[in-house]
Amino acid sequence: MSLKKHILDLRKRREKVQLGGGEKAIEKQMAMGKMTARSRILALLDNESFTEYDLFVEHEARDFGMDKKELHGDGVIIGTGTIYGAPVCIFAQDFTVAGGSLGLMHARKITKIMDHALKMRVPLIGINDSGGARIQEGVNSLAGYGEIFYRNTIASGVIPQISVILGPCAGGAVYSPALTDFVFVVDQISKMFITGPSVIKTVLGEEISMEELGGARVHAEITGNAHFFAGSELECFEQIKKLITYIPWNNTQKAKVFPPKEPKFKGKIEDIIPSDPKQPYDVRDVIKAIADDSDFFEIMEFFAPNIVIGFGRMNGQTTGFVANQPLVLAGVLDCDSSDKAARFIRYCDAFNIPIITLEDMPGYLPGVDQEHAGVIRHGAKVLYAYSEATVPKITVILRKAYGGGYIAMNSRHLGADFMFAWPTAEIAVMGPEGAANIIFKKEIEEAKDPDKMRELKVQEYIERFANPYVAAAKGYVDSVIEPEETRKMLLHAIEVSTNKDDQRPFKKHGIPPF
Amino acid sequence: MEEKKLELVDFVVNTRKYKTLLTIKYANRKPYKVPNPNEIMSYIPGTVIKLKKKKGAKVKEGEVILILEAMKMMNKVLMPFNGKIKKIYVEEGQKVPKGHLMIEIE
Repeated sequence: MSLKKHILDLRKRREKVQLGGGEKAIEKQMAMGKMTARSRILALLDNESFTEYDLFVEHEARDFGMDKKELHGDGVIIGTGTIYGAPVCIFAQDFTVAGGSLGLMHARKITKIMDHALKMRVPLIGINDSGGARIQEGVNSLAGYGEIFYRNTIASGVIPQISVILGPCAGGAVYSPALTDFVFVVDQISKMFITGPSVIKTVLGEEISMEELGGARVHAEITGNAHFFAGSELECFEQIKKLITYIPWNNTQKAKVFPPKEPKFKGKIEDIIPSDPKQPYDVRDVIKAIADDSDFFEIMEFFAPNIVIGFGRMNGQTTGFVANQPLVLAGVLDCDSSDKAARFIRYCDAFNIPIITLEDMPGYLPGVDQEHAGVIRHGAKVLYAYSEATVPKITVILRKAYGGGYIAMNSRHLGADFMFAWPTAEIAVMGPEGAANIIFKKEIEEAKDPDKMRELKVQEYIERFANPYVAAAKGYVDSVIEPEETRKMLLHAIEVSTNKDDQRPFKKHGIPPF
Repeated sequence: MEEKKLELVDFVVNTRKYKTLLTIKYANRKPYKVPNPNEIMSYIPGTVIKLKKKKGAKVKEGEVILILEAMKMMNKVLMPFNGKIKKIYVEEGQKVPKGHLMIEIE
């Protein structure tokens, strides 16, 4: 009899605490078009798989009358569960409890589940929806943030870390997502900034809305802080689930292998590419023509779209694709696209994912703004990331591979395992026009008709050098292949690279040009 | 964000002209301007607290021209060379963004 009483008491306690900030606050959350923290977790994880910890944790604040306040779970839900059977650790800030503000115990709960994820070597997912530091808790809340950042850093490259921004994430709080591998944002719901509109108005007198300052679109398109953009929370959860299928649980494992599927693409690859190297095409069509099931899961679709990154599968095995996009800015490398590609390459390398590079680029973006923005050190990140990576690295040169771009895009010289080139490849120190202008400067200047002579010399240069055979003659390119052979060659290359073992000298860590 | 309609433009990289799309960020970039040493610009957003010199005043290199409060700090804006205050574009109490022309000197 008495046991029953205790059980009923537990149930009552649970029910009360599980309501978070109470029905009124939940209504308010829904009115903002947002799901509650609990319903988010349940929507994301496999049915019945969520197990919660620290439900009964209470806050620690004693000053400013806080001792009289009850904050259920201290504004954050933590636990474990599965996504398509893969174990994950998860936390979700509960905006209905004191605005999801971060106090000492709130942070303790988060660091507890982070420690757990790291120890169990499983992915960590954090759902952020918080007004920021709990001011009443003073330096304790700052300590909490710091301890989260520290763990983000220690876990980086060991377990996948995913951040989901489903509400405000402001001030210091933004740095936890920034330290994680993938950041998901949802239109009209996500807001991220260091200093909000009110501070900007006080200091500058400039008026800007939260959405314009740090909304989902801003981070997906302009800042590059977000990797995935969704129209709704449910769409966002689908993206996260899909991502989980592509990545391993930790850095000692490989991603799950799926049954191989032939591409759905049925045309000829060579028909995707215009014969005039100055005409654009969408390089994603080439990836889809090569990848299993023509399925390409693009990352950072809207930021620096002059380079395309994302996951696909080759023979069922997760593969990272990095491809110049001639459709946007002619596919040049610039500060943003270098940054985007380099980080992705390092991600693939950390988590044992082979990298396929599709190259068609005219070089680096010229301009004062680029030079002054530091295109040298940003561009260097690409060189660093490719050289450093020890996963299988395969390059296919589709058309242009000029100058520094040729070296940067996983060339043989940076350690590519396999270099393929289509017969349309133009591997040269620079574009034919530029090269002819320099090499034949004297002939052009001294000619009776310099323009005609220039044209003649450009043609001569194109015929002699704008092809893959000069590089192939030196062994810089392993094989000149027909476009139709691309998938077959790539599958083979990945297959024979399965046991790749590339040992590097011991070091504490490198010093990449961050 | 949905840049579906293809507005291809000419885009020159190393003397070769390509047909391609531009990003919003690229299209909106500011053209480079050579800095004019006679223009004192705000190097940080803030509030002009005090103007120390009047128009027409002769000022020696290193003298304080104005105080710009920013990030809870009273920053002294100094005269870069011996010269004269030609024109003052700000008032005391005015909030200025970064890169705002505050004073012209000669």
